[in-house]
Amino acid sequence: MRVLAAMSGGVDSAVAAARAVDAGHDVTGVHLALSRTPGTLRTGARGCCTIEDSRDAWRAAEKLGIPYYVWDFSERFQADVVDDFVAEYAAGRTPNPCMRCNEKIKFAALLEKALALGFDAVCTGHYAKVVEDADGHKELHRAADWAKDQSYVLGVLTAEQLEHAIFPLAETPSKAQVRAEAEQRGLSVAKKPDSHDICFIPDGNTRGWLEDHMDLDSGRIVDTEGNDLGEHRGAQAYTVGQRRGLHIGRPAPDGKPRFVLEIRPKTNEVVVGPEQLLAIDVMEGIRPSWAGLAPREVAALGDATDARSEEFPVTVQVRAHGDPAPATASLSREAGEPRLHVRLAESQRGVAPGQTMVLYQGTRVLGQATIDSAHADRPVVAAS
Amino acid sequence: MGTMPTPRVYMDHAATTDMLPEAVEAFVEQARRGGNPASLHSGGRAARMTLETGRDQIAAALNAEPVEVILTSGGTEADNMAVLGLYRAAREADPRRTVIALSTVEHHAVSETAEWLVAHEGAELAWLEVAEDGRVDPAALADLLARRGDEVALATVMWANNEVGAVQPVAELAALCDDAGVACHVDAVQAFCAVPVDAHLRGISTLAVSAHKLGGPMGVGALYAPRTVKLAATSFGGGQERSVRSGTVNAAGAAAFGAAVEAARSDLRGEFLRRARLRDALVAGIRERVPDAVLRGPEPGAPEAEWEHPTRLPGNAHFTFPGCEGDSMLFLFDAAGVALSTGSACNAGVPRASHVLLAMGVPEETARGAQRFSLGHTSTQQDVERVLDAVGEVYERARTAGLSGHVPGAF
Repeated sequence: MRVLAAMSGGVDSAVAAARAVDAGHDVTGVHLALSRTPGTLRTGARGCCTIEDSRDAWRAAEKLGIPYYVWDFSERFQADVVDDFVAEYAAGRTPNPCMRCNEKIKFAALLEKALALGFDAVCTGHYAKVVEDADGHKELHRAADWAKDQSYVLGVLTAEQLEHAIFPLAETPSKAQVRAEAEQRGLSVAKKPDSHDICFIPDGNTRGWLEDHMDLDSGRIVDTEGNDLGEHRGAQAYTVGQRRGLHIGRPAPDGKPRFVLEIRPKTNEVVVGPEQLLAIDVMEGIRPSWAGLAPREVAALGDATDARSEEFPVTVQVRAHGDPAPATASLSREAGEPRLHVRLAESQRGVAPGQTMVLYQGTRVLGQATIDSAHADRPVVAAS
Repeated sequence: MGTMPTPRVYMDHAATTDMLPEAVEAFVEQARRGGNPASLHSGGRAARMTLETGRDQIAAALNAEPVEVILTSGGTEADNMAVLGLYRAAREADPRRTVIALSTVEHHAVSETAEWLVAHEGAELAWLEVAEDGRVDPAALADLLARRGDEVALATVMWANNEVGAVQPVAELAALCDDAGVACHVDAVQAFCAVPVDAHLRGISTLAVSAHKLGGPMGVGALYAPRTVKLAATSFGGGQERSVRSGTVNAAGAAAFGAAVEAARSDLRGEFLRRARLRDALVAGIRERVPDAVLRGPEPGAPEAEWEHPTRLPGNAHFTFPGCEGDSMLFLFDAAGVALSTGSACNAGVPRASHVLLAMGVPEETARGAQRFSLGHTSTQQDVERVLDAVGEVYERARTAGLSGHVPGAF
């Protein structure tokens, strides 16, 4: 196959490209320029979009003997990922920009361009697995190494995108093995530190970055009864479940720590309360998508525009490195608008609107939806 | 895609061109012989002789005296040294002179230096707009000099543009500066040994050239600067090169630069005409195969007329292809065995809409579809045919890929 290997300049994507070459594919490397003003040098362990990273990717491509190009997706990235990140926070939600990048950039803009230019697939260094079922339909599964598994951030991929996605690191037992392999192949990125956090916030200070990119007005911090507990520096920059950085002078009556329970962008209020009020057991999701074939119960709805599916058993994960929780799910449609309903077997804490819930059955990724509301069976927090 | 057709076609001579055999020979000879040109023993004197021969050859081609040629590490250093030096000297003589007049299509080696002077030494920029064909209107400079002549520290205009090949009316611009008593720097990196360049034209204060654009080695350039011009030192130390460019001079590089210049000017006219004819065939062929493609820069006249009054570098053809992303086309041409450029300077290899095209009034979306074909001393009719064989399919496919990285209306 003609394969376009997305190369960030890190060790994972370099080894992934090397394995694609070994597999006999005709591979071309491409580095995505995502920042309009790339830094010259990488600082610390974070970030992935500097000129140094681009050069690392090029060195790896040269070592593999494959053509290499830099493609500019910085405008798209700004509009679809960075601006979206700000808009979501402004609406009081907590987005995952890496998922957005996979959904809009790597497996959309890049994949479309690759297909148009004559490639058959895009290859990345994600730890996840694409397998075929008995009828040849593609399914997305967790990687062999659950500690590194990145199937969560790929949960947005559709059947069509999975047809053209290659993840050569799927079966890798550990990251250490990838580094050893890079060393063995003579790739200079073998010892390069992992990148993590959000690539466009290289110092890792999300709050500081949001302060620079949003109009934040100070407002009130209140408890669930509406009592005024202090001032915050912009409700949108807080996250549900957050404990630190509230700076409330007055301790809670029971002396226990207080957590952010809810963000109210309309009234610019941050609601705080004891940890037990963070517990939720029902989640509602919008914009659901299926990573391959839809579950049988959903497929049974056919084209019905107003209906609700049977419940089906799932495990659900609400953050990249969270534990999957047993639950039941169902899909409803109202006037054609789909909505995913998930009921957890045991309550969870710190689930924020805007986060993505990814549904699994065993190792298989079923699909995902963006959390629109999360609450306890009987709402404890008023006016959510 | 993976099987590259051979031999490859090189259409990126404006980026760099193969070293001429004479230059390679001169370089290797001096590298073998060794010696520091500043040493006083016989080995040093021999190296000095090689170096000075190179300088003589460069000076002769510029119609300058050898003492007026300062060897540098390349065109960028020569441009930096001139802009910094002329600005500081003018300001020292008259503190009111803080304005730097420069065209909107200057190379970054010039414009970034000027911007640095704005940030650090109180300079103010007066941009000289270009017409749709990329050429500066001398009236714009005349107007500026008439209004603010006693505030202008220097004017700087390139002899020929590196992207769209537009040859600027340097003689008129320099004469206007001379009349107003204003210093004038000329970046002749692309023009030298492609079109006739005369450093002694009235009004030219300094002029920058580079070896590797004309068949010499990388890492060598020169600045023409008469004795009277006060320059800013870019390095400090042993006082070589009139004390403005300390450091042991690259003798092998200078010898090779000189040899390349000597070889190039032995038949400058013949090579100009040969290159212009090939370029004209390329332009006509692309227009025939892709009628929507637009040639950017001046429409060249007949080769003989162009030689008398060049409006465009003979090896330059620059097109925008509507609905295409430049990097898609570059990739497809590369896969078809044709090496070229999107034309704009890039950071980390990222092609961006060119500041030159934007200055010429080309809309940002159109500017993204730019491809620069630049021919040089190794170019042949076969090369042109290979490009023409590929261009139709490359265009169709790049159009399908579209402006996938582009968000309409965003910039």
